[in-house]
Amino acid sequence: MTRSQTPPVERPSTTAGAPAGQDNGLRAGSRRTFTLRKGLSILAFLSPALIFVAIFIYYPMIQGSQMAFRNWNLNNLTDTAWVGFGNFEKIFADPVFYTVLGNTLVWVIGSIIPQFILGFAIALWLRRKFPFRGLYQALIFFPWAISGFLIGILFRWMFNSEFGVVNDLLAKVGLIDTPIPWLADPSTAMLAVTIANVWYGVTFFAIMILAALQSVPDELFEAAALDGAGKVRMLFQITIPYIRTTLALTVLLRVIWIFNFPDIIWAMTGGGPANQTHIVTTWMISTTQRGDYGVASALGLIIVAILMVFSAFYLVAIREKKDVLS
Amino acid sequence: MINQETMPARVTRILFLGVWLIITVFPLYWIIVTSFKTPGAIFSYPLTYWPEVFSIENYVGLFEKAQFGTYILNSLLISTVAAIFATLISMLSAYVLARFDFRTKGALLMAFLVTQMIPSFIALGPLYLMMVQLKLVDNKFGLILIYIAVCIPFSTVMLRGFFANVPDALEEAAMIDGCSRIGALFRVIVPVMKPGIVAAFIFNFVNCWNELFLSVTLMNRDSNKTIPTALNGFISSYNIDWGSMSAAAVLTIIPTMVLFAFASKYIVQGLTAGAVKG
Repeated sequence: MTRSQTPPVERPSTTAGAPAGQDNGLRAGSRRTFTLRKGLSILAFLSPALIFVAIFIYYPMIQGSQMAFRNWNLNNLTDTAWVGFGNFEKIFADPVFYTVLGNTLVWVIGSIIPQFILGFAIALWLRRKFPFRGLYQALIFFPWAISGFLIGILFRWMFNSEFGVVNDLLAKVGLIDTPIPWLADPSTAMLAVTIANVWYGVTFFAIMILAALQSVPDELFEAAALDGAGKVRMLFQITIPYIRTTLALTVLLRVIWIFNFPDIIWAMTGGGPANQTHIVTTWMISTTQRGDYGVASALGLIIVAILMVFSAFYLVAIREKKDVLS
Repeated sequence: MINQETMPARVTRILFLGVWLIITVFPLYWIIVTSFKTPGAIFSYPLTYWPEVFSIENYVGLFEKAQFGTYILNSLLISTVAAIFATLISMLSAYVLARFDFRTKGALLMAFLVTQMIPSFIALGPLYLMMVQLKLVDNKFGLILIYIAVCIPFSTVMLRGFFANVPDALEEAAMIDGCSRIGALFRVIVPVMKPGIVAAFIFNFVNCWNELFLSVTLMNRDSNKTIPTALNGFISSYNIDWGSMSAAAVLTIIPTMVLFAFASKYIVQGLTAGAVKG
């Protein structure tokens, strides 16, 4: 046996040298041949996960999709007739839907841009070592451990018009004379919930971008420094191009996630005042709670459709840019 | 060289990071301070930034007026059991997905990832109806089953990354020594990647601990409510009692923060592993 000489890359040949009768088909990627035993053990290991996900996630999701085309109201279960696109027509005829769409747009864009810029800045500045950097990171990453719903509660209290600390601080600095009813005033409510979301989401960007930054080889910077490139040029000509795929995908994931993230709004305003902070998902949840599963499911499908179209355009757009760069 | 930093740049950096630290920590500070004020002090001018009298009245009230003890026990029970089973099941599937190649692997991973993208609320109504039929509405066991399913996709993806870092020579050696594959997994691999598994467990636990919309939909009786469900009840009433609310928020946040502090390094690894390849 010459096992010791075999480098790791050639592991398949090592296993081939193992004693006869050993079931080598089980080894990772070592065989093209698909043995029955390998198939069975794969199935055995996977089946618990598959069963759970199929029953409790996929089955209801598929049920939900077909409810979208039915008259399905918890308050009137005698008539669950097939209504085709009736639920969708109902939604498109409702003026609130367009308000909600506009709100969603403001919510997503107003959250993602500040989150990205602040997260990027923090990540860049955290790259450099300084005393207690580990502690600092732990402290600024803490919002992470808290649920969106609780963040909403924290900010609801801080934005309280009478006893909220935000108004108190603004008055102390001299920016306002009379307290602002942040969450009760339709013109400021969206701003308040978005601020809470920005606060919550910066951490995620900082983590992802910091990890990406650490993948940029130092030699690149050293070479650029020798060529006399300045800090700003390095940022735009080395750092950003190097990690642009990660950046683009992180932004995409985040847009989808924020779009689907009702928790903060739910806790702060419940969609009010006058639907001014309802985004599509919060609106969908309140529709579900009224028992109108048909319309709620139709809304869910509309969300999926919007996100799919958006992702497709986005992915095409970043691919084209890449070609220009390379 | 790159390690040189001009004075203005240094000042900007320290200033920015300092301000951001204050902004990040302040909401937590504020809710803690509020929770220790007497109810009278919370609603009085001028606002105080440090309680004049430290009072645990809000905390006591939670357990006397509301059944907060029950909610905590429910949350603990449900999150622990769900997180244990979800982590075990995900370990099995993640192991297979990291070690074997088979035709449906890509589709399977995709099926897991898709669950993270689609609004899960589309399943909320049908799930409720299904649980009614199974007689599992307002039932802790029912909620545990759902939480297990909800946790599986992400922790599978996360654990798969950790398995990929363990050389497969390890279990090959164990199997040559007569271990079965599952024996090799639990006796050899699991001890090696303990940090990753603990991180996945904590991640699952915190997610279940924080989960709101499923439990609000499924749990009605007071004796079955989890903490977020109870808090949701507090905020939908007209006059929010901010004293007990902040005490409840502090009690909810602290355990998750402690757990995350332990595992954050590995959770970050698990999160970024997939993203930082290009």
